[in-house]
Amino acid sequence: MYAVEVEKLTKIYGSGETAVTAIADATLQVKPGELVAILGPSGSGKTTLLTCIGLINEPTHGKVTIDGVAVADEGWLPGTDLKRMRRERLGFIFQAHNLIPFLSALENVMVALEINGVSGGEAKRRAGELLGALNLGHRLHNYPSSLSGGEAQRVAIARALANKPKVILADEPTAALDTENGKNVMALLKTLAVENHSAILVVTHDHRMVEGFDRIFQVHDGRIARETGRQEEAPPFP
Amino acid sequence: MNLAFRDIRYHRGRFILTSIGLGLLLGVVISMGGIYRGLFADALAVLQHTGADLWVVQQDTNGPFAESSRIPEDLKYRIRGVPGVAQASPLSFQTIQIERQGKQFRFFLIGYDLGGFGGPPGIIAGRQIRQKHYEMVAAKAMKLQLGEKIRLGQHDYTVVGITGKVVSSGGDPAAYVTLPDAQEIQFKKDNDAIRNNRARIGADLARDASLAPSQAALLAGKLSAASESTHTVNTVVARLAPGADLEAVQQRISRWNHLRPISNQQQRDILTKGMIEKARMQLGLFRVILLTISAVIIALIIYTSTLDKLRVIATLKLIGSQNRVIVGMILQQSLLMGVIAYGIGYLLILFTYEKFPRRIVLEGGDLRALFAIVMVICTVSSFVGIRKALKVEPAEALGG
Repeated sequence: MYAVEVEKLTKIYGSGETAVTAIADATLQVKPGELVAILGPSGSGKTTLLTCIGLINEPTHGKVTIDGVAVADEGWLPGTDLKRMRRERLGFIFQAHNLIPFLSALENVMVALEINGVSGGEAKRRAGELLGALNLGHRLHNYPSSLSGGEAQRVAIARALANKPKVILADEPTAALDTENGKNVMALLKTLAVENHSAILVVTHDHRMVEGFDRIFQVHDGRIARETGRQEEAPPFP
Repeated sequence: MNLAFRDIRYHRGRFILTSIGLGLLLGVVISMGGIYRGLFADALAVLQHTGADLWVVQQDTNGPFAESSRIPEDLKYRIRGVPGVAQASPLSFQTIQIERQGKQFRFFLIGYDLGGFGGPPGIIAGRQIRQKHYEMVAAKAMKLQLGEKIRLGQHDYTVVGITGKVVSSGGDPAAYVTLPDAQEIQFKKDNDAIRNNRARIGADLARDASLAPSQAALLAGKLSAASESTHTVNTVVARLAPGADLEAVQQRISRWNHLRPISNQQQRDILTKGMIEKARMQLGLFRVILLTISAVIIALIIYTSTLDKLRVIATLKLIGSQNRVIVGMILQQSLLMGVIAYGIGYLLILFTYEKFPRRIVLEGGDLRALFAIVMVICTVSSFVGIRKALKVEPAEALGG
């Protein structure tokens, strides 16, 4: 079973003469434990593809299946609890880490657990373990403003992993980091994909960050222009 | 995890300052409610302490507190003779302003019959008046010392006792003297005025050719004595015998064509509805305006605070947070701000109300009602923030 299955996904913004096709006929499958890059220049539609998979943007056409649950087929399927799906099966990592500024590192991870119904004490224990595993045990009570960029992104990763999601979606997770920290984050994602058996989809426009990905989908003008496999060199954009 | 509390903890400086500002505003609202109750208490103080069932005053007047009323003192005997009347006692009232220790000193002087009622309600220091002349009992608020002498009219009066919070309907502290002293202070003319008056009456009668000189002299003496009499009072108060019919007593006295018997309830209505109604409406209007300002301020604070958190809200939505978590965060902050501001306002007035120039009466019912109103305002004010928050799309969390 695939963690993510997308079939002929199309997203059109607006209608009539002002309609803009952001993504057209995108098809991809990602297995659990796979680390996949969606690579493309700005405006190519890669973030739209990610938001459709992340159940944030409703696809205009096509099918989306997450962890074996069909969620979209020519629009959202009736009865689909999108929030619950996002809570339980998806994890998000953002470009600017998006940590909640008034919560400590520990609380930022706890909040994802508590939203998913985990009780306070258990949430605290699990959040502490996760952060410890990401070498942030000494920064549990620090606010995001006092964390370095790399540390903040690791807290964001911990938050994304908190509910053990089957799919992790990362939107430019290294954009706000220097090269070294960026590579560290990518290496961490790779490790987590294998260890947690989660599918990780990373949207990036940075060619330098695609080392170690199992597969790379290159998006250009709203279409998946090319797919390359493990060990293959990511070609330049068409 | 309580997100509202954690946000407040992180932004505590801003939150506390805002709450203090709002608290000062609510303090003014609380004090205005207290002033309003104080107006009532002041207006009714003498009425309550006198404990009369009936106030007999000059016809076509509203009694001694609303307008001038002058009736002869000896009416007390006639009123005592009315069936159903147990006691009748004359009283005089006068507002006096003198200079004391270099400052203007204003008080309400009550003259009462030593053998009657309507005198000082309770002595907290010293004693009651025992002598017929030149003794005074003063309200505590006058800040007079026992033994201190106050010059009123042509005589010095010694403070022999201190009574509690008795004030006029205008809020001036009250002092008590015997009725003859009060009448002398109020009505007795000075010697020059008496001499001039006698000469004027004498001259007028001497010019009257129909009178013999001896008749004119006799008449002048009588007229002068009548005009110099101080046996006038502002009201005669009466207490009814148990089981007596108030209306029947009123009707009987009403038949005397120069008097108006006002029941205690009527007197109360005159004082509260007539004299302090405008002040009540004015204070009420101010309270409404201040509460409206508070509502606008709370709404603005919550709205701008929500605007500051749009990305946080979008992130919470993206990671699957239910709307109730977000609504709860905004609503709790608004309510907490209201609770803290109310607490600050309440404590402010609690520790300062005795220093206000006018009496402030804080009543539990009023305070609870205001608290409920503040909570409603906070809830309604938070709607603008909640509405904004609910419109935030999870996709807004994405991007740089």
